Amino acid sequence: MLAKRIVPCLDIKDGKTVKGVNFVNFRDAGDPVELGAQYSREGADELVYLDITASHEGRKTFTELVRKVAANISIPFTVGGGINELKDVDRLLSAGADKVSINSAALRNPKLIEEIAKNFGSQVCVVAIDANFEDNNWICYLNGGRIPTDKHLFQWASEAESLGAGEILFTSMTHDGVKTGYANEALATLADNLHIPVIASGGAGNMEHFRDAFIAGKADAALAASVFHFGEIGIRDLKQYLLKEGVNVRI
Amino acid sequence: MEVAIIKYNAGNIYSVSYALKRLGIEATITADPELLHKADKVIFPGVGEAQTTMDYLKKHKLDTIIKDLKQPVLGICLGMQLMCRHSEEGDAECLGIFDTEVKRFIPQKHEDKVPHMGWNTITNVKEGLFNTQLENQFVYFVHSFYVPINDFTAATTEYIHPFSASLHKDNFYATQFHPEKSGQIGEVILHNFLNL
Repeated sequence: MLAKRIVPCLDIKDGKTVKGVNFVNFRDAGDPVELGAQYSREGADELVYLDITASHEGRKTFTELVRKVAANISIPFTVGGGINELKDVDRLLSAGADKVSINSAALRNPKLIEEIAKNFGSQVCVVAIDANFEDNNWICYLNGGRIPTDKHLFQWASEAESLGAGEILFTSMTHDGVKTGYANEALATLADNLHIPVIASGGAGNMEHFRDAFIAGKADAALAASVFHFGEIGIRDLKQYLLKEGVNVRI
Repeated sequence: MEVAIIKYNAGNIYSVSYALKRLGIEATITADPELLHKADKVIFPGVGEAQTTMDYLKKHKLDTIIKDLKQPVLGICLGMQLMCRHSEEGDAECLGIFDTEVKRFIPQKHEDKVPHMGWNTITNVKEGLFNTQLENQFVYFVHSFYVPINDFTAATTEYIHPFSASLHKDNFYATQFHPEKSGQIGEVILHNFLNL
């Protein structure tokens, strides 16, 4: 049976992992390759590397990093951040990334999804959506959650699917950083509406939250950052727990 | 050991060469018939569309070269599908090494998403690429088309229904999954291929 996926996300600035206060057990927490390799050994199913650098120089450093990750890590990984056009996608896939995640660029120019799907296949095209729950609606945001749009989550996710998105990575801004669990109701609605996998993001604080995202939220994968980086949840322990709770995971 | 990776218009060729490098093998990525013929092992990787890729292979005479290879050959993902007789993807006539069809996954219920993407288990594994320790282990798949169970099936996976996770006939081996992206288990399978 197809396993539910656990996906650690690493934020990268100038080629280095953005550090938290307490990276436990890592020899060099600043080295994104080392950190990714560690997660892979612990049983992560995929990795996401998100480039939060804005400069042109930083982009080149990131591409170089993608090459190193591809050379050293034997599980699939997605890269995102700063992808605006087809040639960015080509550059990152050529460097060895398995998938790209596009967010603001897709909202500004939905045709980009279509172009990526046509040129590289839907399976490489992850559409990331940041949405906030306000006035009874899930509103999509641009630029890392800074600029609201007139798009609504469910409508935009379905549009992205019909344009050729291979997966939807939904981050609930309402739940992100609060550590009270994922946006399970919205996730379940996405799962019911869509025919492509949904990755849950935002809100993981304990192991039960992952279980709930998979069972109540019907998510195909769950992404988290700080609970892994700060060593609050070990991936190996998490998977043992999920298996015991009846969630099919790869051990 | 000389390992050649067939170079053609497909993505993901470099992932395979990186995976071999992790096993200490510096593979040659080439479409040169002579280099392909004299290699000890040949890998036929692939991500792409069947008909377009078959057209490309024929145009560059890689179709006959691949069929004539006598050393162990490993087809991966689209590579495996192109080694079959015919694919529903683009109604493509393929290489015909494995006398079997490639079909499109038809979802039976809402939860059946296509492509089949992620980690799934292999069962009924046969000697060759596999050993008994690999029974029920997880490997990584990304595909929308599948090969039904047939006489050449060397491992089985269940998604929507059982299908061929691997094929074997004479010197030709193939996996629907990506050993180069399947962590330690994938490394064992590549290692087994290199030791054939």
